[in-house]
Amino acid sequence: MKPYVSFEQISQVFSRPDGSSLMALKDVSFDIGRHEFVAVVGPSGCGKSTLLRLLSGLLRPTRGQVTLFGQPVTEPRDEVGIVFQKPTLLPWLNALENVVFPVRHKTGRVSRADYERARELIEMVGLGDFCDRMPGELSGGMQQRLGIARALLLDPEVLLMDEPFSALDALSREEMGFELLRIWNERPKTVLFITHSITEAVLLSDRVLVMSERPGTLVENIEIDLPRPRTAASIQEERFHEYSSQIRDLIYRPHYAA
Amino acid sequence: MNTQVKSETLSTDRTMPPEHSLRSSVALLLSRQAPLLTLLSFLLAWEFGCRLGAVPEYLLPAPSVILAAFTDVEAVRWLGHLWSTLRVALLGFLISIAVSLPLAVGMVRSRYLSRTLYPALVVIQSTPIVAVAPLIIVILGTGDAPRILITCLISFFPIVVAATTGMMSTPPELIELSRSLKARPSREIWQIRLPYAVPHLFSGFKVAITLSIIGAVVAEFVAAEQGLGYFVQFSTSYFKIPQAFAGLFFLSAVSLVLFKLVQFVQKRLFPWSLSEPKQH
Repeated sequence: MKPYVSFEQISQVFSRPDGSSLMALKDVSFDIGRHEFVAVVGPSGCGKSTLLRLLSGLLRPTRGQVTLFGQPVTEPRDEVGIVFQKPTLLPWLNALENVVFPVRHKTGRVSRADYERARELIEMVGLGDFCDRMPGELSGGMQQRLGIARALLLDPEVLLMDEPFSALDALSREEMGFELLRIWNERPKTVLFITHSITEAVLLSDRVLVMSERPGTLVENIEIDLPRPRTAASIQEERFHEYSSQIRDLIYRPHYAA
Repeated sequence: MNTQVKSETLSTDRTMPPEHSLRSSVALLLSRQAPLLTLLSFLLAWEFGCRLGAVPEYLLPAPSVILAAFTDVEAVRWLGHLWSTLRVALLGFLISIAVSLPLAVGMVRSRYLSRTLYPALVVIQSTPIVAVAPLIIVILGTGDAPRILITCLISFFPIVVAATTGMMSTPPELIELSRSLKARPSREIWQIRLPYAVPHLFSGFKVAITLSIIGAVVAEFVAAEQGLGYFVQFSTSYFKIPQAFAGLFFLSAVSLVLFKLVQFVQKRLFPWSLSEPKQH
């Protein structure tokens, strides 16, 4: 049987405006199982976000193949939802309209059932009382919750998250992490989570993929064997620290080895 | 600054004797009405300067003389001139919008269009309209049409630039969202790019509306028998300088009112566009 999501020997080359080319990914292969939470960490510019865009179908690989449910990804699909680094809500729409926006944008009209589903999602991300508020009136954390609700509207099987909490302050960031785990528990999804925070990666995921500097290659694939549900107490556990320092070593060692 | 004065007033009200609070309310009045007071003192200085220096009326009439000249002209005549100028300016402005938006959308959508059209637009923009106006009148005659064309030529450019800049400043994530939903390209324009351009568009509109008045006046200078611009020119050529000044002030007032009107429309229809959304 084919894996749920599979990256098969992916290489990605971008051409720069000046004509030279840039190798972002080199020979990256990995699989993701159904409802698995996989985090990708690595230094800036290692092609983490490229992985996500390949799976979303917004980008075609230079070499290799990405498959979803056993079929090659050739174009964007409804089964994939994206949460961006910035919430990028539309400032002229209130919270509810922002969350139903994907339906309006895709089909041109929004049914009562769509609004109903959007309300449920807003309730689930804890903003039930804020449906009428404009994005400008909400904090960054609240905006990103709406961003998550928006990504869940079409009930995707796969959720792609591109450093979704990196624009938040440290406290809201941790809170949002637990919030995400709660949502994931309520509505299990296959998650590909890009981050540059090692703690975040270990805390949230079943598996952490560690990437090297450009051209990005897969350095290590670490199963995080910590009991769920994860809580603030998980961070205190000894194994948590072991995983964190193992990943930190993998990322920094190349610099200090020579 | 206002709030600072206000809080000062509040604190003194509670603790200080009444004469201090009087002084601070004068200060409050001064700071609130500063623009009006400046204008008044300017007019006063002008009035007395003219009287004391015995400046001849045909060089620089005093404000009181200008006001008298203004009331000397019957209201119906003023309205006739006003209507003539306003009609051309507003039609020109609206047509500019109607032409500029599709142009901007085209240039955002197609690299080819933006590379071919943009230089042409810059050429039109950098040609002095005053030099072209007589030619346009010769070619199109003396009706409203050539005047509206002149107005359009001068006012469309800021709108095109504002619309393109606005649409290009849409966050790339939203464009990716649109692509990931496989939405029709027209929806990307209508539901994402154009609304995103609204704050930019209104800055463009504010510039364009005042340029429209300039365009209408330029056209009247070349050939017209009605309009505020015509009135100023004709008064000047008959050495009715106070009357020319009266026309000039009327024109500025009209310009100002239109500018405020654009602001008002933005505030009423797109209140969200007045404050930048915080994304963090």
